[in-house]
Amino acid sequence: MIGVGKLKQYTNVLEKPLSKGKQEVSLSAFAFLFSELVQYNQTQVDNISELERRLEDAGYAVGARVLELLCHREKGNRRETRLLGILSFVHSTVWKVLFGKVADSLEKGTEHEDEYMISEKEPLVNRFISIPKDMGTFNCGAFVAGIVRGVLDNAGFPAVVTAHFVPVEGQQRPRTTILIKFAEEVLRREARLG
Amino acid sequence: MDGAAIYSLFIINKSGGLIFYKDYGSTGRMDTNDSLRLASLWHSMHAISQQLSPTVGCSGVELLQADTFDLHCFQSLTGTKFFVVCEPGTQRMEALLKFIYELFADYVLKNPFYEMEMPIRCELFDLNLLQAVQKDRVASLSR
Repeated sequence: MIGVGKLKQYTNVLEKPLSKGKQEVSLSAFAFLFSELVQYNQTQVDNISELERRLEDAGYAVGARVLELLCHREKGNRRETRLLGILSFVHSTVWKVLFGKVADSLEKGTEHEDEYMISEKEPLVNRFISIPKDMGTFNCGAFVAGIVRGVLDNAGFPAVVTAHFVPVEGQQRPRTTILIKFAEEVLRREARLG
Repeated sequence: MDGAAIYSLFIINKSGGLIFYKDYGSTGRMDTNDSLRLASLWHSMHAISQQLSPTVGCSGVELLQADTFDLHCFQSLTGTKFFVVCEPGTQRMEALLKFIYELFADYVLKNPFYEMEMPIRCELFDLNLLQAVQKDRVASLSR
C-alpha cells in the first residue's frame, strides 16, 4: 500500500486515532450519487409522500452515524443533553462537516413552542435539482430532514422533521426550511431541567 | 438592431430529436413544428458532412455562415448537439456553447427528475441559461 511505511503501526485497531478524514469530496460525484438515490427510490414507490419517507429514512441512517462520529471526534465523547445545545450542534457542527458551512439560520417557530426551523438558501442536495411542476411541494431536502431526525433521535430528542420550500421575497428561488417538531416528552424534560 | 446577437438556441439528442429550443428576440422565430424539422434536418446534414468531408476524422460542421445568420454547432462526446443561430459575425459563440454544455451537464444531467433523451424541462437550467445569455449580450454590447 502507498505510504504505509510512514504510518505508525498500531497493533490494536482501537488505539488508532480517528483520522479527520478527507475534508471534501467532489460535488459532481455526490450530485450524481444523490440523483441515483432519488431515481432508485422513485422506482420503488407509487406516491410522492412515500418517496419523501424513503429519502428521509436514508438520511436517518446517515444522521445516526454522523452523531456517533462527531461526538467522538469533536466533543470528546460527550453529547449535548440540552435542547438548544443539540440544536446548535446540528446547525453548526453537523452542517459544517456535511456541507462545509454552517446553516444559514436557526430560528424558533413563532406559533408553536415545540417547533424550530433551520433554513438554508440553497441546500447542497438541491443545488442541481429542479422539481417538476406535477410533483407539487416535494423537496429533496427530505434527505437532510432525515439526517437531522437521525441525529436528534439518537441523541435522545425524538422529533418529527420535515423539509419545505419557503418563498423568499425578491428572490426567484425559494429557500428550504427544515422544520423540527420535538416530541412532548423532550419539552417536559427540558422544563424540568430548567 | 435590438442588440440581440443570438437568435435562437437548439439542443438535439443523439438521435436527432429536439430536446430544447429557445428563441431570443423577434428575428428568426419559428413555431414548434418548424423548430423540430430544422433540428432533425441539421442532425442529418451534420452526419452527412462528416462522411463527405475530405479531412480524415472530421467531426462535422462547426460553423455555417449565411448572408443573414451564422450557425455555430458544438457536439459533445455523447452525441448531444448544441447549436445557436446568431447574427453574422457574432464572436465567442464557441465559448458560449461550451458554457451551455456545462450548464446542461450540471442542471439537467444531475437532476434526478430528468429522463435521458427527453425534452428538457428544468427550472434551474432555464434560469442559469438566461443569465448566461444575458451576460453574453451585455459583454457584446459593451465592446
